[in-house]
Amino acid sequence: MTQATAHAIPPSAPGVLLRTGVLALVAVLVMAVALSAGPRAGAILAIGLGFGLALEGFRFGFTGPWRRMILERDASGLLAQLLAIGIVACAALPLLAANGAELKGAHAPIGFAMVGGAFVFGAAMQVVLGCGSGTLVNAGSGNAIGAVALPFFAIGSFAGAYHLSWWTALGRLPVATLDGTGGLAITLAGLAGIAALALRLGRKGSHRLPARYWGAALALAVLAILHLVVAGQPWGVVYGLGLWVAKAVVAVGGDLSGSVFWSAPANAAQVEASLLTDVTSLSDLGLIGGAALVAWWRAGFASPVGVLPARAWVAVIVAGLILGYSSRLAFGCNVGAFFSGIATGSAHGWVWFIAAFAGSWVGIRLRPALGLEARK
Amino acid sequence: MRRVHVAMLVGLGILGLVALDQAQSDPLNPYTAPPMLALGSGLAATGGHCAAPPPPVR
Repeated sequence: MTQATAHAIPPSAPGVLLRTGVLALVAVLVMAVALSAGPRAGAILAIGLGFGLALEGFRFGFTGPWRRMILERDASGLLAQLLAIGIVACAALPLLAANGAELKGAHAPIGFAMVGGAFVFGAAMQVVLGCGSGTLVNAGSGNAIGAVALPFFAIGSFAGAYHLSWWTALGRLPVATLDGTGGLAITLAGLAGIAALALRLGRKGSHRLPARYWGAALALAVLAILHLVVAGQPWGVVYGLGLWVAKAVVAVGGDLSGSVFWSAPANAAQVEASLLTDVTSLSDLGLIGGAALVAWWRAGFASPVGVLPARAWVAVIVAGLILGYSSRLAFGCNVGAFFSGIATGSAHGWVWFIAAFAGSWVGIRLRPALGLEARK
Repeated sequence: MRRVHVAMLVGLGILGLVALDQAQSDPLNPYTAPPMLALGSGLAATGGHCAAPPPPVR
């Protein structure tokens, strides 16, 4: 392939006029949400779009880098994640310390169900090659596995939240947080320690981050800080997905009064309110839209959907349900617990990382057995 | 089947979700919506988040 053809726009790529029109349409959509649901809703939707653009645009995520670290000893993607978390922590922890009434962190308790949930989530995310954000990105970019997993992820999230109190009653510690300057120093030291371990275990040369990883880390960090400043809470994914199903259950006459979680006043009010007033729903919708926009821009929608055996689709459905359910027990997915938890000083984020990474090791080995990739 | 078909199905699903939600939820009122930035608003953060500890059992 010559240099000229390598940079040529694919034949099926949209033209300039169409691209301009679609960008204008997206801007109108964000404005419409801002005008109908308030400026904060429009801003969060725009930030969600940014997350989708960054993750799909830089072809970055959480599952793939962990897989490459485990299988290929390529530490570069994990290092980029740690870099992004560190940047967010440098802004988030001082902001939280100074504005504790207006802003809140992703602070959750460590417990038996939390650790088990993170382990199972790590395994399931490797089965479908999509975590919380990854499943949304995959679905938006036309990946059939992501699209099939997403509704079951949502159902699982609803069910996990429904039973959350029972699971946490099995045993949990008080919420432990790292606050202020001391907390920031410990957080950065912890991230540096994990990075040093990854570099020691990683193969030679994996300390060199490709340009797209630098771009992804910086973009995600800026967007995550913006999210905290605008929404008053860190970036999350899973609550919104469960809320969508809760609203559907109520719409068909279901009764949520039997659930401690869904009948709690704040959650019951959110079930009654519009999705366009819910922070995580807005950022989730934006994320899907941003990923779709990049895929369309690159003419990536022309690719054929891969053919998988029936047992692989069953595995995707089951893994989707497990992803949703376990992420509620774990107080978050890779975004809400790992990324936002650590960046806002929650001890549960660190425990989540260790448990989910161990689960990933198992999940990678499950894929061939489930027909999702060839046996070696 | 191509990715465009999958993406269209996802898009239709989301459109349907939002449309159904708007039909059954409390009407939106931008005049009672919070200010654009939580930081400096003087209001407590109240949004749902997956890391929020479960509500106490009544």
